[in-house]
Amino acid sequence: MKKVFAGATIFLDRSDINTDEIIPAKYLTEVTKEALTPYLLEDLKLDGFDPQGDALKNARVVVSRQNFGCGSSREHAPWVFEVNDIHTIIAEGYARIFRQNMFNGGMLAIELPKADIDTLFELSKLGTVEIAVDVEAQCLAVSAGDQQQSFQFEISGFDKALVKAGGWVEFADDRY
Amino acid sequence: MGKTIAEKIFESHLRDEPFEGTKVLDLDRVLCHEITTPVAIADLEWRGKDRVFDATKIKAVIDHVTPSKDTKTATQAKMLRDWARRHDLKDFFDVGHNGVCHALFPEKGYIRPGFTVIMGDSHTCTHGAFGAFAAGVGTTDLEVGILKGICAFREPATIRVNLSGTLQPGVYAKDVILYVIGQLGVNGATDRVIEFGGSVVGEMSMEARMTLCNMAIEAGGTSGLCMPDQVTVDYLWEFIQDDYASKEAAVEDYKKWHSDADASYDQVLDFDITSLEPQMTYGYKPDCVKSVGEMAGTAVDQIYIGTCTNGRIEDLRVAAQILKGRRIANTVRGIVSPATPKIYSDAMKEGIIQIFMESGFCVTNPTCGACLGMSNGVLAEGEVCASTSNRNFNGRMGKGGMVHLLSPATAAATAVTGVITDARTL
Ligand code: SF4
Repeated sequence: MKKVFAGATIFLDRSDINTDEIIPAKYLTEVTKEALTPYLLEDLKLDGFDPQGDALKNARVVVSRQNFGCGSSREHAPWVFEVNDIHTIIAEGYARIFRQNMFNGGMLAIELPKADIDTLFELSKLGTVEIAVDVEAQCLAVSAGDQQQSFQFEISGFDKALVKAGGWVEFADDRY
Repeated sequence: MGKTIAEKIFESHLRDEPFEGTKVLDLDRVLCHEITTPVAIADLEWRGKDRVFDATKIKAVIDHVTPSKDTKTATQAKMLRDWARRHDLKDFFDVGHNGVCHALFPEKGYIRPGFTVIMGDSHTCTHGAFGAFAAGVGTTDLEVGILKGICAFREPATIRVNLSGTLQPGVYAKDVILYVIGQLGVNGATDRVIEFGGSVVGEMSMEARMTLCNMAIEAGGTSGLCMPDQVTVDYLWEFIQDDYASKEAAVEDYKKWHSDADASYDQVLDFDITSLEPQMTYGYKPDCVKSVGEMAGTAVDQIYIGTCTNGRIEDLRVAAQILKGRRIANTVRGIVSPATPKIYSDAMKEGIIQIFMESGFCVTNPTCGACLGMSNGVLAEGEVCASTSNRNFNGRMGKGGMVHLLSPATAAATAVTGVITDARTL
């Protein structure tokens, strides 16, 4: 499946959102990614957030705070985003395994400094936010209401190569 | 400039550096269980690459839900089983021989100082207790590990945690690691390894060191690490005696996996643990830590003793000592799950299983079971569990349930009174 790094954005205003909240362990008995689709963020309790709501259904990008994806190593966490067409996460920081799992699947786990994340949350008050990522230029174009803003981000050469290749299996296959 | 043990392991296993800062390592062990591996197997099949890089370096176990509880878990088990047979994996552990991965694989002698180890399981950091670099990974990393015997890492910096002083009676490795996590925070060690040292670690058994390293991930750490020494050699001796003329020779050789005195650390933390009290968690994050004394009197519904953190023989001994001649409160359910068949059988020989049963505990087969809320003791909405496991996320042991992480001693004392209890006050 071709990855898309742009679209409507949902804001999850909390640090330490863990993999059990993203996809509860009881669904780990599924052996296909697609079967996970209805359960995205099912156990996340957050003011104004509804795992069955339209905001999540329409979202293509997630913005959150610090230590996103902590907890278990389950790749089901990135997959449940993937099958819900969310291929970009933007946060202040990630748990290592989750971040690696995102890139290993050819998806983006973008890190921004706290000040930029704060600005994004501010922009979200203006109405619907759309974000488009230019991986090559390492730039995010953000539109919120009638405002436009852009942000630069850092990404390692390796992570960029994984996104380009479509994931670690493809990259490793090519090289080793 | 000297090197840390992590740096030495990285250097000795480096296969490639495709980009600055990215190190592709050769792997000594790829460990597998039935929750995260079947998806990797299915993907390899789909890609037409159903191969393994080295059947002797891959070890597999069915441990999370076993014996299977329904069709789906039976299918996962079958996928792993069929794959293990197809590739002639000698070290595959099924019903009757299986136990919790991070207790079983060390017990079999598979983990050695200086090894690189991955598994599709976040608590793989446990194996660092042997002086190995052991990291939890996702399914894609696992898949490439199975196929090519490699894994890519950003070389982690090291946090050195010096533990000095004396552990007081009734205070255990679990209390120490909960305290350290409380200090570091849930992401205090992200992208770094935690190297445990100091006199307290020197005196700890391998079991206790595994308890320490097991929870490194709860502070975000890539791996926990302890330097291999006499204790490590004694534990491994039955597996390594053909390789060394004497235990002394093994201890000497393993010194190559010690951090140099002038190694540089990202951070050095010194804790004198002489006055440390038993610790436990109170919230939904492993760094929400208080002393058991502060939480005393909190009501619980279930006690769970087991898991890769504290389901080893030493843990069962400590709990049994407290339970001996006592009965658990009639307001609580007690469940104990020895982490491996060997632990179960040793506990039986020592009369520990009898003590558990007479006190009113239910003894289950070796499995992860309730730890991740999949079987053998799932909580109902609003219920509270005092657990010797390592993770207290909201819903971890069942939707709407609350988990307090604590030591086997605290768990046993709490079982007796039905409310959170410092075992030293019993
Ligand atoms: S006992 Fe719990 S933490 Fe350990 S491997 Fe099993 S599920 Fe994971």
